[in-house]
Amino acid sequence: MTAQQIIFLFVALFTLISAVMVVTTRNLVHAALWLVSTLFGVAVVYALLNANFIAVVQVVVYIGAIAILFIFAVMLTRRDMRDTGPQMNKNWWAGALVAALTFAGLVSLLQEWSGFSKTASDFPSGFDAMGLLGEALVSPDAYVLPFEVASVLLLAALVGAVYVAFNPRSGDSQK
Amino acid sequence: MVPLSWYLILAALLFSIGLFGVLARRNIIAILLGVELMLNAVNINLVSFWRYSDVFSMGGQVFSIIVFAVAAAEVSVGLALVISVYRRRNTVIADEVDMLKW
Amino acid sequence: MNFWNDPLRVAAEWLEGIFAGWGMDAVAAHVLVVFLGVLLLIIVLMALDVFLVWVERKVVARFQDRLGPNRLGPFGLIQPFADIIKLIIKEDTTPGDADKVVYNLAPILSMMSVLILWAVVPLAPVMLGTDLNVGALFIIAAGAIGTLSIIMAGWASNNKFAMIGGFRQVAVMVSFEIPMLTMLMIPVIFSGSMNMNVIIQAQDPVPFWVLSPLGALIFLIAAIAELGRAPFDLAEGESELVSGFNIEYSGMKFGMFYAGELLHAFTFGGFWAILFFGGYRFFGLEQVSPFLAILILIFKAMLGYWVIMWVKYTMMRIRIDQMLAFNWKFLTPLAFALLLVTALVNALLASAPAWFYTLSMILANLFTGWIALEIARSATRSERERIEGVKKPVEAHH
Repeated sequence: MTAQQIIFLFVALFTLISAVMVVTTRNLVHAALWLVSTLFGVAVVYALLNANFIAVVQVVVYIGAIAILFIFAVMLTRRDMRDTGPQMNKNWWAGALVAALTFAGLVSLLQEWSGFSKTASDFPSGFDAMGLLGEALVSPDAYVLPFEVASVLLLAALVGAVYVAFNPRSGDSQK
Repeated sequence: MVPLSWYLILAALLFSIGLFGVLARRNIIAILLGVELMLNAVNINLVSFWRYSDVFSMGGQVFSIIVFAVAAAEVSVGLALVISVYRRRNTVIADEVDMLKW
Repeated sequence: MNFWNDPLRVAAEWLEGIFAGWGMDAVAAHVLVVFLGVLLLIIVLMALDVFLVWVERKVVARFQDRLGPNRLGPFGLIQPFADIIKLIIKEDTTPGDADKVVYNLAPILSMMSVLILWAVVPLAPVMLGTDLNVGALFIIAAGAIGTLSIIMAGWASNNKFAMIGGFRQVAVMVSFEIPMLTMLMIPVIFSGSMNMNVIIQAQDPVPFWVLSPLGALIFLIAAIAELGRAPFDLAEGESELVSGFNIEYSGMKFGMFYAGELLHAFTFGGFWAILFFGGYRFFGLEQVSPFLAILILIFKAMLGYWVIMWVKYTMMRIRIDQMLAFNWKFLTPLAFALLLVTALVNALLASAPAWFYTLSMILANLFTGWIALEIARSATRSERERIEGVKKPVEAHH
């Protein structure tokens, strides 16, 4: 077993344990903090895949924005800071069954695929993933249209979120 | 070198855990946390497919960036809805907002 | 190659030779040497941090027309060590209903978010932690961890003042991240890379503050907000929040927040120097020896740190609504406009002679800043007229 495989196993274990804690912890702020550690583990997985830009963007977007937003939302929607009562609904065993079956189905599908245990080749010398990614995002014969659609989606989400969460009874907007 | 199968199994496990969270949790915010795990699992797949096939075609990385944008949009609108529901119904339990109209 | 020209590599090869002589595996020896290098960097930074306590106290004393620490040792240089001893022997309290693990993790994360920034700082042409090709984005990523540590501290303390302070500070940090990220893109446009070392090398004849003075200014403002220093120090309103998010922390846990804040300010002084003032470059002096390059970088970072302190101790605080309005209605649109103008001028004049390019860039910056100030001025004038009433007589001002 090479050093890289050991690092991968360690990171994967860390990510999966954190993910299990996200869905089982009773305290929701703790669940959001466990989500942070899961996302951090995923960022390390991206780094292991030599996708530096994706790894850093993962930390910036997910930990810096999404996780903070979750923590804010948890704090804003509770009258006291303790969680009382069950956090799982009564059909949780059915959910567990569906999740287990999904995993089994995915793995059995993947095992029949020929490229399953492929190994990666080294990058060619002088390979610049960042430059290629930047060009792919803005060149007309690559992905400029999905990129623009994504930015329009973000704008729509920004306006929509402000409109939905805006409370007309508070604030001084109606002077 | 780590084979592709390891990454795919990690992603499948993460996806299943997220799916369990979505199906079993009562709190809407906890359900959204599960959705985040599922989106991350998809992203691991996209990036590992980029790494293990032709590295010169950047489709995998580009689509994982678009998944980031979609995740950010989903969380902001989803949490805005949660806060709006909490303000009107005083609850964040998914089972208690099952009326389509009131 | 000798020690004077490339000290890190010489030392690393020497150590790896020693470890190999002990019968150690080559990979293990390399990992150990890298680990020792990281440890050395952290020790030097923490020693510098102790010195920064003294600098901060001396400078604030001068701004307030006092002498500052002057009893222990020459110029009070021993004073920070007395401070540290005091912090260590203080009682280490934890609030009764605090969330123990999160409460104790928060100061560690706060310190960590500052220390990992130094992984991408090029100390000298040949001395840098890691040659990351996304170095500029890494600054924002580390800032995200700092934001997280503050909200963790505020929540885990189980104290409403800590919570409000944490909320305020996080609101500030999250919103000012946007102009900061936008301004990070300006050196990236000029140099064509996010690698810190390439950004420094690209400032060869003209440092970037000449090309984009407005960009350097906006970056400084956003950095001060990110640091939570005055005029943006809303987390610690003494009269309203007691001490903000760190109210429940005592002893060395508080010390870690405090030391982290000082080192953070110094680090952002360093980033300001790297991104806009040429980092370790100083008229070719950095080529003489890496040791000189480090001294130049520390000198420039100290200047940036001094500017941050100067702002802190001479500006008044502003309210949170004023600050968020300042960011969302003025700074962020201005940053976006400046980024657009810079990218446009850069694309149009890519093949123009250097003096014309530089001149156009300066003029474009000044023009953007002037337009923004005019818009802000007319907006505030109409706001004032709306509040005071247009027809009010002039003596209302008295």
